[in-house]
Amino acid sequence: MSGPSLMDSLFQRSLEDLIKGLRQQLIGEQAFISKSLEEIRNEIKSTDLSTKSTALLKVSYLSNLHFHDMSFAAFPALEVLSSPRFSHKKIAYHAISLSFHDSTPVLLLITNHLRKDLNSTNEFVVRLSLQCLSRIANVDLARDLTPELFTLLSSNKLYVRKRAIDVVLRVFEKYPDSVRVCFKCLVENLENSDPQILSAVVGVFSELVCKDPRSYLPLAPEFYKILVDSKSNWVSIKVLKIFSKLAPLEPSLSEYESSVRFAVGKVREFLVDEDPNLKYLGLQALRIVAEKHLWAVSENKEVVIKSLSDADPNIKIELLRLVMAMILGSILSTCSRNLYEIIVDFDWYVSLLGEMSRIPHCQMGDEIENQLIDIGLRVKDVRPELVRIARDLLIDPALLGNSFLHGVLSAATWASGEYVDFSRNPLELMEALLQPRTSLLPSSIRAIYIQSAFKVLVFCLHTCFMRGESIAPSASLDNLPAGVSAYASYESFDDFSVENGADATVVHGQTHEAMMWKYKRAQNLLGFVDLTKPEVLNSSIQEKKDSEGKGVETSKIIKLMHYAFSKELGSVSLSAQVNVSVPYGLMLKENLSDLEMICGDIEPSSSNSFSFGNPNEEKDGLSFSSLQINEDSEQPHESTSLLAVHRKRHGLYYLPSGKSEIISNDYPPANDPTKTDHSKPRPVVLKLDEVNEKPVAMKQPDPRDNSLLGAVRDVLFGSEDIPPTSSQSNLSNSSKRKGKEKQHTDPRVESKESAVGDGNSSSRRRKTIVKVKREDIEVQGRKMTRKEKTLFRKKKGTVVVGINHDKEPRSL
Amino acid sequence: MKEMGIRFILMVNKQGQTRLAQYYEWLTLEERRALEGEIVRKCLARNEQQCSFVEHRNYKIVYRRYASLFFLVGVENDENELAILEFIHLLVETMDRHFGNVCELDIMFHLEKAHFMLEEMVMNGSIVETSKANILSPIQLMEKAS
Repeated sequence: MSGPSLMDSLFQRSLEDLIKGLRQQLIGEQAFISKSLEEIRNEIKSTDLSTKSTALLKVSYLSNLHFHDMSFAAFPALEVLSSPRFSHKKIAYHAISLSFHDSTPVLLLITNHLRKDLNSTNEFVVRLSLQCLSRIANVDLARDLTPELFTLLSSNKLYVRKRAIDVVLRVFEKYPDSVRVCFKCLVENLENSDPQILSAVVGVFSELVCKDPRSYLPLAPEFYKILVDSKSNWVSIKVLKIFSKLAPLEPSLSEYESSVRFAVGKVREFLVDEDPNLKYLGLQALRIVAEKHLWAVSENKEVVIKSLSDADPNIKIELLRLVMAMILGSILSTCSRNLYEIIVDFDWYVSLLGEMSRIPHCQMGDEIENQLIDIGLRVKDVRPELVRIARDLLIDPALLGNSFLHGVLSAATWASGEYVDFSRNPLELMEALLQPRTSLLPSSIRAIYIQSAFKVLVFCLHTCFMRGESIAPSASLDNLPAGVSAYASYESFDDFSVENGADATVVHGQTHEAMMWKYKRAQNLLGFVDLTKPEVLNSSIQEKKDSEGKGVETSKIIKLMHYAFSKELGSVSLSAQVNVSVPYGLMLKENLSDLEMICGDIEPSSSNSFSFGNPNEEKDGLSFSSLQINEDSEQPHESTSLLAVHRKRHGLYYLPSGKSEIISNDYPPANDPTKTDHSKPRPVVLKLDEVNEKPVAMKQPDPRDNSLLGAVRDVLFGSEDIPPTSSQSNLSNSSKRKGKEKQHTDPRVESKESAVGDGNSSSRRRKTIVKVKREDIEVQGRKMTRKEKTLFRKKKGTVVVGINHDKEPRSL
Repeated sequence: MKEMGIRFILMVNKQGQTRLAQYYEWLTLEERRALEGEIVRKCLARNEQQCSFVEHRNYKIVYRRYASLFFLVGVENDENELAILEFIHLLVETMDRHFGNVCELDIMFHLEKAHFMLEEMVMNGSIVETSKANILSPIQLMEKAS
């Protein structure tokens, strides 16, 4: 407590006095602060604006540095804001920026003040209000003030315009519709010659690009010009950031190999530098590079090892991570060489793969995924173990958040769906596939989840019907609609409507096709459930053991579905097309323009009625045409309640957040006597392809080759007058490939029989098989959805053989 | 909500007392208290030979010491660390030019000016102005106006 003279003071203490007083306190700081706070509370009620503002200033200080709540000052802040004096406004805006947030009750009242100030002629006032807006904007504020912002974007005053541009980003985030109004202005500003404006605009774009790179690709030439012209380092950094997001999409933008070499050279310089900062960054960079370019690390071996003895623990950690990534990578590549020839015990290897994917910071997700699927296809005997590992991976909700593991999870899902008959507890699998946290996954992966859930369901129903039980399925069928409709409903719809309506610029990064797939699959599954549920439930109530009356149909459906799913689709070899002779009288026209004449007037049916079943199941003979599926408009909070229920049931899997990072060292040891049975012979590894094939090299991107489509086109139609094949639509629409892979194909394949060219993809109505000629065909960043019903199989060294099936829904 | 490049900027003295705190995302007072406590402990315990980047939870902290004051900037994981170090240096130089041989006391007694300077430089979590002249001139003009 300060001296008594202060208490007698008639004048308000200024901020300076407060601070001085605070500094004089050696022990009684808290008491002094509480006393001051009391005073402030009194002062702030005063009608004199100056007194109020000083009080406001003091409380801002205290709140900022000493963590005192200043919500009582919210309304007085607004009062001070309405003062015409600039100094008052300054103080008020300062306080507001510090303390207002989304749930401040008086936030609504500020809109008018802001609007008035945004329109003010005094540019400093405008600046203050813009500043404030950038800190506290929420959806309502953003929406209401978009018009004002728009005016300011084209203001004459340089300073104001610059500030407006900076604020625009935040407003965009909160209220995406403002994009429509402001975007054009923003793009115009890109051509502005003023460096300040330019750097502001580039800054905005560098953030926007991170969210949805594809939409900004057309602007690449402008960015390039800026990069070349700019003298400021900061602007260059921002433009480079933009390009780093754009480059993966447009391979012509980057010359990959040489720039990697150059980068590695720079990294080496970093590593030998004295400055610990540079060493740290060098190691980090090396780790990122090491995934694909192990040569970089081996070149710098000694330097890297030296870092182990460095004093800085951070550097040591970085180094360990680097080493771990390298070890994992080399394990995976050695083991998979030459069709896994060195592996005797596949059970152990599969469990090793599972363990590997759980290691934190594991970057080998793609490779692990490939191997899991590959082994599943080739080695029959390991499938039970594979399903067990898959189940372990799928059950754990923590893994769903890790984006590196998405590939592995999709492989696990596929395996468990495909080989569900080996699973010990299919219902548990079902639960795992439908758990609420799967909403974190991208659409393409969720589509796989849905399809697997379908398979599991069919399996369960079938087994139950076989055995005559009817109790178990009803439980899962009840859960299903909740789980699956959560997939198919509001989210998909919202995504679609936004895509169709507004600009695609500020929308989700997921591709349209992926969502389409997910949506379709969900509809299929829901349709099936709707169809079979009544009968299944009925039979459980009445306990009908015989299958008469309505029961017959349902069991027939289930039987057929099970049959369809249980048939193992062998992979199609490269030479398959050659062996199929063209039937007499069939003329393979190169384009289906004739068809256009006949079918041109048929409109594709509305998206609400999807045909049930895939074209591959024509053998069914059953057609479930135009199933009307009600779109539930699920509320967003439904998913959180689902999550709560799930947590309760599977409590032990939801570990408290903030898990420490432990690098697990307990791999099951190779040839563990307790686990393996030496007398068990090594399982058979199927070759799956009779043709000689070169072993697939490690993934290396080739930027010259634009896309698989271009390559296919070139290959199949060496002469220019032949129209492009439908393969481009095949491969782009109905499947995507993961990662970058070299494709080697059969040299004997001739192109003359190869493709049935469909010039007009929209009028396709039948399947076409397409081969790909021997060529190094690179695929850049395309993903393949692995569905056994589409006959795309990707295996090492074999070709992609595409079966096209319709994109448009049709009624059978 | 999308992550900002810069999440917060702190100026802390050697005894661990916060002299300036600017947050670009909303945290409650309790969260701030806890956060500042943790970070300050981590950074102040490091010595000169160690690098200036510390990983904390799911983001990282770039820091540097100038005389008795530590400047700490919390950034997203994909942010350019060296650029942030440059930014910190720019901040110090700007304050130096404005206050003339800036020291801790200047910041303490003119906190709102320091905030203003920072607001000129960083908006919405991204660095928007890097020219000292452009940063300081509006501030000087505003002071004349008020």
